[in-house]
Amino acid sequence: MSKLTMRFWGVLPAYTVMILLMIIPLGIIFYVSLMTSDPYGGYKPLFSLESYTQILYNYDWDNNLELNFQYLLIIGRTILLSLSTAILCLLIGFPVAYYISRQRKEVKPVLLYLVTLPFWVSMVVRVYAWVLILSNDGVLESGLRLFGFVDDIDSLLYNNGAMLTGMIYSYIPLMILPIYASIEKLDPRLLEAAGDLYSTRIQTLYRVIIPLCKAGIVSGFILVFVPCLGTVLEPILLGGGKTMMMGNLIQNQFGVSRNWSFGASLTILLLCIVLIFLFLQARRAAKLNQGAN
Amino acid sequence: MGRLLSFFINKNDVSRYPGFGIITLLFFLFLYLPIMVIIAFSFNENKIVSVWNGFSTKWYTSAINNQTLVDSLQVSLTVAFISTFIATVIAVSAALALTRGDDIKNKNFSIMVVNLPLMLPEIVFAVAILILFSLLGVQNGMLKLILAHTCFCIPFAFLPIRARLQGMNNNLEHASQDLYATPWVTFRRITLPLIMPGVFAGGMLSFVISMDDFITSNIVSGGGATTLPVYIFSLVKQGVSPELNAISTLIMVASLLIATPALYFATKK
Repeated sequence: MSKLTMRFWGVLPAYTVMILLMIIPLGIIFYVSLMTSDPYGGYKPLFSLESYTQILYNYDWDNNLELNFQYLLIIGRTILLSLSTAILCLLIGFPVAYYISRQRKEVKPVLLYLVTLPFWVSMVVRVYAWVLILSNDGVLESGLRLFGFVDDIDSLLYNNGAMLTGMIYSYIPLMILPIYASIEKLDPRLLEAAGDLYSTRIQTLYRVIIPLCKAGIVSGFILVFVPCLGTVLEPILLGGGKTMMMGNLIQNQFGVSRNWSFGASLTILLLCIVLIFLFLQARRAAKLNQGAN
Repeated sequence: MGRLLSFFINKNDVSRYPGFGIITLLFFLFLYLPIMVIIAFSFNENKIVSVWNGFSTKWYTSAINNQTLVDSLQVSLTVAFISTFIATVIAVSAALALTRGDDIKNKNFSIMVVNLPLMLPEIVFAVAILILFSLLGVQNGMLKLILAHTCFCIPFAFLPIRARLQGMNNNLEHASQDLYATPWVTFRRITLPLIMPGVFAGGMLSFVISMDDFITSNIVSGGGATTLPVYIFSLVKQGVSPELNAISTLIMVASLLIATPALYFATKK
């Protein structure tokens, strides 16, 4: 068997699964998003862009199109919360990754193990932990009351802050690991050189360490940002189902609302946001590479 | 004295950032306090979760006697075993094909295809596969879960196996071929034993991923198959309860018991 036929047969099963269970379904989603929704569930095979206009417009009682900010608000919140999560994960994760990489050889794998460990605990359980902590008469409130800090707090749960906390908690290991990997590759002699040339710590950080760790920072950012865009659990359990994000809005269209076409068009929109973000990132990376050569 | 001296010599050691240690400490507290809280309160005798009343293991007894919980655990285990097995076999075959040989461009494209589930938000995949199943009229909940889980487990099995293959030189394989072993014998006797730690790590990781999955299982399930995370989610929606703390603790212990050897084998040289 030649090398090429061996490769063909080797990847054939993986390709088959991915084409049948990912690529074709994505095509079907696109098709459904262009169809008319059926009020009894599913869709009618009639072409219409209604499900896309529905994202922006609403029919008022005279059957005129009317701008509707309800969904734009959810889309905006999704992007903003995901960006905030990624930025906060970076601000916390970078010092942690750097600190771990400066430890002794025997300590490093232990600390890395501790970073990854919670990631293998069920997502539902991890989000539940924050419900337990933040709920009314929950652990945090009781604790604060015990020490006399507060008499009465409005609910700590069911707001953007609770969702943000839950999302950071869920995804931060994905930020730390790639940054750690890129810091490990950093040549320590460069830092010595910076010191010898009277660079301050801040200058070294901004002009030597961060530029050289850019690849790790960027991939950490993507690894956190992309799953955040589709997050479902945090909005339901920590946001209380009222402060929605795109993930649970989509899920609702296939559950209680039974509006498949609208759900499909929202899914396509989410996919487009992810692809645009990845495309911009890839173009930036290509430009950086060109600059380096 | 030596320390003092080094302080003066290294006063321009710009690779040290004094605040980073404290941030790291706070980070680990942030990471582990919620877990500790669940474990601690699972032993609380009081039905009101946040008021400590005394030590008790009664919530564990009631968790183990919860028939719905045991049923959903059974569904999760079955799905995880079958989809992990299929995903690992597919991943081994793909990893072998994509590590040997050298036309980089096609290879990178194929690696991207295998890793496709990692690149999209999971909800997109979940919704897409839901529509596929309903168009094909697939009713069996178990079958739906197994197909969906197999698909998103493939990259998790693939990555450690590929990493293992990359770190290995193929002298032994060449030697075996020179000694007239058939490709199958070479694979069985030489390649497979050498990549076994990677296969083991990949299998374990996809097992944990399958056991923990919520988003896809929640959308796809129905038809008489509820997985453990979907059942727990329904409990969490009803509110905080000490039995839920006990269940969560049991799940955490189980995940750690599976993930620890997997991580060990994944990083072992």
